[in-house]
Amino acid sequence: MARALITVPRTAKRGEILEIRALVQHPMETGYRRSSEGDLLPRDLIRRFSCRFVESGKTDDTGVIVIAATLHAAIAANPYLSFNLRAATSGTLAFNWEGDNGFSHREQVALIVT
Amino acid sequence: MRKIGVATRVIALAMLGFVSLAVAQSTRQSGFDFMQPATQALQKDDTQNPAMLWVKDGQAIWAQRDGATQKSCADCHGDIKRTRGVAARYPQYSAEAKGVINLSQQINQCRTTHQQAKAWPAEDASLLGVETAIAVESRGQPLAPPAQSQLVDAQKRGEAAFDRRIGQVDLSCRDCHESLAGKRLGGNIIPQGHPTGYPIYRLEWQAVGSLQRRLRNCMTAVRSEPYPYGASELVDLEAYLANRAAGMQLESPGVRP
Ligand code: HEC
Ligand code: HEC
Repeated sequence: MARALITVPRTAKRGEILEIRALVQHPMETGYRRSSEGDLLPRDLIRRFSCRFVESGKTDDTGVIVIAATLHAAIAANPYLSFNLRAATSGTLAFNWEGDNGFSHREQVALIVT
Repeated sequence: MRKIGVATRVIALAMLGFVSLAVAQSTRQSGFDFMQPATQALQKDDTQNPAMLWVKDGQAIWAQRDGATQKSCADCHGDIKRTRGVAARYPQYSAEAKGVINLSQQINQCRTTHQQAKAWPAEDASLLGVETAIAVESRGQPLAPPAQSQLVDAQKRGEAAFDRRIGQVDLSCRDCHESLAGKRLGGNIIPQGHPTGYPIYRLEWQAVGSLQRRLRNCMTAVRSEPYPYGASELVDLEAYLANRAAGMQLESPGVRP
């Protein structure tokens, strides 16, 4: 089971620019390395990260993408991403990591805008 | 910030006339002080330090029932915050184990005797998670090995090993970590070899690892046969290192290059 550490301010003022941080546990195996026995280690990467914003009271699939990124082999294990967001209304930030071998990790964090 | 803190202490102590003591104390530096600012920043910020993922794992395991007794660590020990100070005391003598053990061995002792579950293997992610989650509660505490005669014996054995030249390279731990500390070995700066940051997230490992993993790395680096995980020789070295760093602050989970 993967773990993620997400840092979002609990509350924010309307119009304020927030820094969001997301760290996820993942080996990010490149597919180019060999084990000590000489066998090629199979590629195991997170391929895509996205964060959607869902306004309070709306259903999940109405969310808008705030940021999305495609990840590649040169990114270190346990990738850390941070980005900025302008707070407009209260809602939920839905984080999603997807990758090789069916990897999928989702987290939701509430954002209260006053 | 750290360096200024030490410097002011030196001045304060010098004014009090404790010059020789102050020099001995101020010359001790954590591996943190030898790192690049970018690596230091990773360690200083819990939202960026990847080891915090292991801590989160460990905190979850603390509350999980396991083994034949179906007890969790929390059932017997309460809130993990109550372990404050514990990590700063290890290795220590354990009457149950009839010997000196490190923190991970104490955790496994609880697994096998109190939970009646299988011991976690060395460097297992769950074991490192729990160990790191316990260590983080003692952050900022001075390393304080207890006064136990069995521990003193282990420290002495560890000190002898620290001075023994080993491997094809024929260097002792002290050669590198005292005489050559601060100098470069290939791309790395040789630190003083203090155990204050363990378990650490090492960028080279891309994972959290134990002090024993680090010590085994140093042994292989000088082309000597490393002791196996859990060997009493490694625990003796850990006991000596803790005593050599007594009074320095625990900074787990450290980040190292
Ligand atoms: C050839 C020199 C050399 C020898 C001999 C050596 N080490 Fe090291 N040691 C290093 C280097 C270089 C590092 C730091 C590597 C890095 O940058 O991560 C290190 C790291 C360490 C650390 C971790 C310090 C920290 O801040 O994380 C400890 C503890 C340590 N060594 C103990 C020992 C012990 C005990 C021995 C003897 C068994 C030993 N070393 C032998 C070069 C050496
Ligand atoms: C059934 C009760 C019980 C359970 C469950 C238990 N322990 Fe313990 N623990 C003890 C006792 C009793 C001791 C005293 C030393 C001994 O018996 O090994 C102890 C000692 C310890 C210590 C050393 C404390 C000190 O002050 O030196 C640590 C650390 C620890 N346990 C961690 C754990 C962890 C982690 C778990 C879960 C994986 C756990 N324990 C599960 C009863 C328990």
